[in-house]
Amino acid sequence: MASLWGWHTSALTGISFLGMIIGAVIVLLLILGIVSYLIYFERKVIGWMQGRIGPNRVGPFGLLQSVADILKLLIKEDVIPTNADRALFLLAPVIAFVPSFMVLAVIPFTATHYFTAGLNVGVLYYIALSSITILGIVMGGWASNNKYSLLGGMRSAAQMISYEIPLGLSLLGVIMLSGSLNLNQIVAAQNYGHVWFIIPQIIGFVVFVISGIAELNRTPFDLPEAESELVAGYFTEYSGFRFAFFMLAEYVYVFAISALATTMFLGGWSGPFLPSWLWFAIKVSACIFFLFWVRATMPRIRGDQLMGFAWKVLIPVALFNILLTGAVYEIHL
Amino acid sequence: MYANSFLFVILFLILGILLPIATVMVIGPILRPSNPSAAKTSTYESGLEPVGDARARYNVRYYLFALLFVAFDVEIVFLYPWAVEYHALGLYGFGEMILFIALLLIGLIYAWKKKVLEWK
Repeated sequence: MASLWGWHTSALTGISFLGMIIGAVIVLLLILGIVSYLIYFERKVIGWMQGRIGPNRVGPFGLLQSVADILKLLIKEDVIPTNADRALFLLAPVIAFVPSFMVLAVIPFTATHYFTAGLNVGVLYYIALSSITILGIVMGGWASNNKYSLLGGMRSAAQMISYEIPLGLSLLGVIMLSGSLNLNQIVAAQNYGHVWFIIPQIIGFVVFVISGIAELNRTPFDLPEAESELVAGYFTEYSGFRFAFFMLAEYVYVFAISALATTMFLGGWSGPFLPSWLWFAIKVSACIFFLFWVRATMPRIRGDQLMGFAWKVLIPVALFNILLTGAVYEIHL
Repeated sequence: MYANSFLFVILFLILGILLPIATVMVIGPILRPSNPSAAKTSTYESGLEPVGDARARYNVRYYLFALLFVAFDVEIVFLYPWAVEYHALGLYGFGEMILFIALLLIGLIYAWKKKVLEWK
């Protein structure tokens, strides 16, 4: 059993390779379950915040609502528009989904790292892969040959590349403090220093949260999917399970960015008394709840304010945070 | 074994590609109906006949933001290794990085003054 799970420390053997496969499949199944109930949780939370009940028909307390939705999408006809660029149209949802799942490979879920690739370039790996999703979105928007899709795709690309820069910069302060890009070591550094990086890096955390929400295309930054102007944005022409993969990518990123925030700023899996995976689950749930709360509270930002905010406010603030972190460290010594 | 970590990442890549193939191409066709018609596969434009081709010209500002993005993304790529080795580089490295960030800030201010960052 030890060699089955000890693949990350021992030499590669058949049995440890089997352990690796089992680990990856467990993460995949877990993430599919988490995403289904994330959607249920979001609808329920926003329902309560708006004085409604939320889904309550399918199963006890509406718990099977997401299962019903997935089944409905599976038995929906797969419509491919005649004007669409067929090859790119089919490829786009896969390109949008694959990186969203791959980024989870480096997130340390528990103290034992069974399901974690301890890459020494962990943070860079996350940032680099999450940019590939933009490619899938632009591809889907362009290939659909639909005006709403193209506008949504272009808006989405402009927004996501603009907010990716403050996102990358806001994590630099944490890397300076921990001296590593390895997410396992960043958690270890927070345990060693007995302080979560949210405290010394509060400016970085605020920038990270704002640009993280913008990267997810969620309210108040949901212009690419503004229902009232663009129907559904870049996936207007998609139906059935191809549509489901765009939605899946979006919700996997909700989980992934919450997991990244937990790991980088909130001490990861560490905490007293309770097992490490439970601490991780509690912290991630709190982050996800915050995202839903913001969605229920904020109105949509205006288009001309959106890009200016990233370039004129977030990037200078993030750069200032790096200089401040460096200066405080230099004076401290 | 550090290389095992990359093998794990490749497994994630393979699983990530297999899942869409399994659901859309293997399980999907068994479960879903398929009877396309001309009206069904026409481009959606709020129920009206589509006017022209969607691949028309679009705003040049998207390119300006893309150009700015390239400059700043390369900056981030340079900042990451510096941040990892920050403790070893000391005050000299910090001074160099202030210079580097200042140069890019001048570029940002230039773009700002040229009203590239306005979205109209």
